[in-house]
Amino acid sequence: MTWFETLGAMLSSPLMQRALIAAVLVGAAAPVVGTFLVQRRLALMGDGLGHVALTGVALGWLVGTWAGLVPQDALAIPGAVVAALIGSVAIEWVRARGRTSGDLALALMFYGGIAGGVLLIKLAGGTNANLVSYLFGSISTVSTGDLWWTAGLAVGVLLVGLGLRHVLFAVSHDEEFARGSGLPVTALNMVVAAMSALTVTIAMRVVGLLLVSALMIVPVAVAQLVVGSFSRVMALASGIGVAVSVVGLSITYWEDIPPGATIVLLAIGLYALAAVTRPLLTRRGAGDAPHDPHPELPDDVALPVVGAGPGAADCRPGAPGGATR
Amino acid sequence: MLVTDTTAAEPAVLATGVDVVLGGHQILSGVDLRVERGEVVALLGANGSGKSTLVRALLGIAPRTAGEVRLLGGALGNGVPWERVGYVPQRLPAGGGVPATALEVVMSGLVHGRTLRPPRDARKRALAALDEVGMAAHARRSVLQMSGGQQQRVLIARALVRRPDLLVLDEPTSGIDLPTQETFVATVRRLHEQGGTVLVILHELGSFAGLIDRAVALRHGRVVYDGPPPDPRGEHAGPGHEHTHPHADPPPPDPGTGLSMEVLP
Repeated sequence: MTWFETLGAMLSSPLMQRALIAAVLVGAAAPVVGTFLVQRRLALMGDGLGHVALTGVALGWLVGTWAGLVPQDALAIPGAVVAALIGSVAIEWVRARGRTSGDLALALMFYGGIAGGVLLIKLAGGTNANLVSYLFGSISTVSTGDLWWTAGLAVGVLLVGLGLRHVLFAVSHDEEFARGSGLPVTALNMVVAAMSALTVTIAMRVVGLLLVSALMIVPVAVAQLVVGSFSRVMALASGIGVAVSVVGLSITYWEDIPPGATIVLLAIGLYALAAVTRPLLTRRGAGDAPHDPHPELPDDVALPVVGAGPGAADCRPGAPGGATR
Repeated sequence: MLVTDTTAAEPAVLATGVDVVLGGHQILSGVDLRVERGEVVALLGANGSGKSTLVRALLGIAPRTAGEVRLLGGALGNGVPWERVGYVPQRLPAGGGVPATALEVVMSGLVHGRTLRPPRDARKRALAALDEVGMAAHARRSVLQMSGGQQQRVLIARALVRRPDLLVLDEPTSGIDLPTQETFVATVRRLHEQGGTVLVILHELGSFAGLIDRAVALRHGRVVYDGPPPDPRGEHAGPGHEHTHPHADPPPPDPGTGLSMEVLP
């Protein structure tokens, strides 16, 4: 069988088709949200929400067991959506009340989410093994129902993220100015938080809750090394997200390795590559914009020294020969 | 740009009994401020007197615990015609990990109030605003790579891109280079000539002296002076006048060290 035929076989497998569609949608949507999160220095928010979503998965499982649903985890994704949304609103609420306790609230959420998930899954009659597929992703088990959820939410996140990108940039870039422009800042912050929550739940199947944030953040980290404007970072990050998701997933069709981890390691590999090659790329263009990092401020005192040569230290009267520094 | 709407009779800024409490401290108590249309008003006072907080409260950035604010005839909130209010903060926030070009920052001035999407000609208007402050050549550079003065000029452009009737400037003269200071003065003069209103926080009148119609001074969060600008002597009217002699009039100008030995309440 040639390489080309293998590719054809991969693309004609319904399971792989579903997985690829999910990967493309998640890979495109997650970095769009991630760009706003990185801009607001909330890169770890996706992680916090991922942990909370785990409690939601277990809660959905518990409700499913009580209601006697046939696949016990039929309500896992709706449960995750609800829990992550509540968590995102809680994080924004804490952030709005006082910045200092923001990371503490995030920490409480991390541990509370994991502990709640482990406890509830036991109550639901499941085992921790059931949670593992949510923690690390199991794209091979994507059902048609899951695909609809993923597609609907990803398209929604993309539409909101791109449609409102100017105003979300304004709020993320300079929150005070946005407030002083009469923008509904709190509501817009909630929109970003809710978008993160939804992204976490749709990426859950592809890369798993523990690695969800990587798909949101790492492509942005790569893109900001390469391009110098917000809109280009967003576009490039989205492209990188799609590329690593599709390539990572395709590799797992031939090799028996976990797709989520493969996708994330590919993205981090790209980051390393960009970080190493960037000095080579920027040196070429360095000549046309000589740049002094010091701001153009007038001196506070009249300085007599014009050329700071070896004798510059002499202008300190009474300095003991500059023996020690 | 010209004031032609039905609310023209109302002052540009009307604040009554504004109280602000931040972190348990009473920063402003019972501040009244009225700025008529077309006026250029300087807000004076020492460090920690509440000038910046007052401006931030007027724009709805700092929360008020009491008092009413009306801007250009509309109550603070959805009533204010935000597309005609421009604000230049003291500096750009440190920023996150994503670079943003000058053009993108200026375009972010075109979303305001309930306008969540910029107009179609946003790019053209943003470039024109950058050209006004002499930064058109830097439109596609990341603001994080710019000097303090260049960043400040981008912030002026972000306020001007709205074509404001009311411009609020927070200490435009502290620690910036001369071209940027000149840009500030030229901007205020042009806006004033077009009938616009300017509220500007200053430590000392300096290069703005000839432009100021009225001065309001704050001390310990209260208005202690409201009248003609102090020290309005003839030679100050010149735009190139160097402010080199000490003031004898209240309020005392800030020594400019940036340090305050005063124990705040």
